[in-house]
Amino acid sequence: MSRGPITDRRTLLRGAIGGAGLLLASPALAACGKSNASSSGSGGGGSQVTFGSDGSDPTPRKAYGALTSAYTAASGMQVRTNTLDHNTFAQQITAYLQGTPEDVVTWFAGYRMQFFAQKNLLHPIDDVWAQIGGGFSDAAKKLSLGLDGKAYFVPLYNYPWGVFYRKSLFAAKGYQPAADWDSFVALCAQMKKDGLSPLAAGFGGGDSWTNLGTFDYLNLRINGYDFHMQLMGGKAAWSDPRLNAVMDHWRQLSPYLEAGASGRKWQDAAQSVFDKKSGMTVTGLFMGQAITDESLRDDMDFFAFPAIDPTHGQDAVEAPTDGFVLSAKAKHVDAGKKMLEWIGTSAAETVYAGVDPSNVGASTKADTSKYNALQQKSAQMIASAKYITQFGDRDSDPGFISAVVEPGFAQWLASPDDGASTLKKIESQRSQYFTS
Amino acid sequence: MALTADVTGKNAKAAAPRRRPRTRVLSVGDKLFLAVLIGVPLLALLAFVWLPALASVGISFTQWDGIGLSSIHWVGLQNYKNIFTNYPPFWPAVEHNVIWMVFTALVPTPAGIFLAYQLDRKIRFSRVYQMAIFLPVVLSTAVVGFIWEIVYDPDHGLLNSVLGTNNPSGKHYIDWLGDPHLNLWAVLVASAWRHTGYVMILYLAGLKSVDPSLREAAAIDGANGRQTFLRVIVPAMKPINVTIIVVTVMESLRAFDMVYVLSGNNGSKQGLELLSLLITNNTVGESPRPGYGSALATVLLVVSLAAIVTFLVQNFRKERQA
Repeated sequence: MSRGPITDRRTLLRGAIGGAGLLLASPALAACGKSNASSSGSGGGGSQVTFGSDGSDPTPRKAYGALTSAYTAASGMQVRTNTLDHNTFAQQITAYLQGTPEDVVTWFAGYRMQFFAQKNLLHPIDDVWAQIGGGFSDAAKKLSLGLDGKAYFVPLYNYPWGVFYRKSLFAAKGYQPAADWDSFVALCAQMKKDGLSPLAAGFGGGDSWTNLGTFDYLNLRINGYDFHMQLMGGKAAWSDPRLNAVMDHWRQLSPYLEAGASGRKWQDAAQSVFDKKSGMTVTGLFMGQAITDESLRDDMDFFAFPAIDPTHGQDAVEAPTDGFVLSAKAKHVDAGKKMLEWIGTSAAETVYAGVDPSNVGASTKADTSKYNALQQKSAQMIASAKYITQFGDRDSDPGFISAVVEPGFAQWLASPDDGASTLKKIESQRSQYFTS
Repeated sequence: MALTADVTGKNAKAAAPRRRPRTRVLSVGDKLFLAVLIGVPLLALLAFVWLPALASVGISFTQWDGIGLSSIHWVGLQNYKNIFTNYPPFWPAVEHNVIWMVFTALVPTPAGIFLAYQLDRKIRFSRVYQMAIFLPVVLSTAVVGFIWEIVYDPDHGLLNSVLGTNNPSGKHYIDWLGDPHLNLWAVLVASAWRHTGYVMILYLAGLKSVDPSLREAAAIDGANGRQTFLRVIVPAMKPINVTIIVVTVMESLRAFDMVYVLSGNNGSKQGLELLSLLITNNTVGESPRPGYGSALATVLLVVSLAAIVTFLVQNFRKERQA
């Protein structure tokens, strides 16, 4: 979830080696993958389970550590953890799942999980859901199902996207959270007049995914959930005239974006809000991870992205869900299932949230008494939503999004016009990704 | 008769020791040794260079998601057609690779030669200058990228702070790495910083090996500094010149890590597209497209081979004429 640009030489090399390994090793590995996937549930016993984690940032790393040692204490099962750099993990997941993955692995809900389930790289865990199902909402359950209707995923937490700001700044200047489009644009104009940069933005290089939050919300508010999901799933055309309105609304916001956004990281954009140089920013609750001074957290607040078309109102919330899957090549299948069963309980959520307060527990039975104000509000917003989306790059083919859509939008934002040519360019490459 | 026989006998005796080593070279142990000596590298070359290269060319005619062999589909020239007609970052990438090569040949390479020539004249603190200019070469290109990332950061970077252009709401705000008209040049400066030192050290090594008597002869003939350099030193340094040209072309075609770092792990940043980055973007990642990436790699392979073959042919032709 913290998708900061963790770049170092190691990452680079690992990425390169991973890539080469993928090309060289895929056929052989895939061959064993197939035989293993069918002969499920063999090796079960033993008193250990392995855990592949992408929580390489300090906070998630500590939180996952607390989670696994709590599980060891509760069950007597040894957990051997292998932590990989967050971005590298996502880049290599395809090769990783075909190679020698750990049993229980961190991953994302929705399309990206379904893709691997469909490729027989994940182990179905319907029997786990029979135990834990009562603790989750229908929306959470739906996110955990593969296209074949079997369960493959246990959610741990999610976090909503919204428009974040500092309470003290709004109070001092007399700003009000905007509920509809006109007042949102008016608020931006007022902030600009007051010498602020209205919308902090940082989509430099590897952070161009942050743009998708704005796009997703505009599309959800203007065209609704169904069309958005069709578009993301590769079933609707990007040249669809309904998207012209999205680009048009986005263009209205563009003069209010912070200058230099295409060279800045999202953390620096967050900092500009903390410093009251910027008025607001469209981002996720994970923004809290950039807070270094805890007193600041109480001064942060957010409101739901403003409504545009009354037919859809604010019925959809973008709330990416992170959790766990069982790899198809797991060596300790039964032990892995037992661990997932435990992770699906509210006790596990409490352990995790005790260390990392920038998320909301996915379980309906999660202990909310220790939540801070931001978490309370987030939980409420998610619970009252009619539709929950994951995120542009999680509801769709991530290759298509990162290689075609993100650069397309980043380029368009440099000189926003009516967007028709950008949409046409994106559409012309869609068929290369959504064929099978 | 007897005498001649004796002479031939002596001759035979004298010739024998000369012939013996030749037979020893062909002994079984030596043959085995040679076979291993040549065979192992040959096998390694085939397995790790030519097989992947050819496999890559083969894969470039397919569509594949990298999962299982059954998902490979033969699509013929479709990938190439898409690359040339319907892949927005491709032509910018080609253009940037060419700019990279021309810039590297015209700016850091002459600068390195100039610095080497100056340092070779035994000026004071020569070693200190040598070290300072050579220092970036010791660092890996990725690390050089991190250093310049700090220099170019628009909000807190050294350059914008010094220039006073770090206020986003101010009039002058320079987004060094974000502005597509600017970022390639910013990266080229960073690359030149390193390449200058590289060329300098190569050239300096060459200059040290030039026979001093050549300079003396030139001085006696009344040649000035410029004439000595252009008419005497440069021709005498032919092997080094060739090395520098090859290194420059190679560095331009394989330019990757610094841009990878400076574009934030994303090769598709506008203004910074390079062929090597597009290849990585398409082959590494969560939903890889090895077919498409291989097609891009094949294009780069053809370009590289064309450059290298042209260079070698020209070079050998000159050699033969000389």
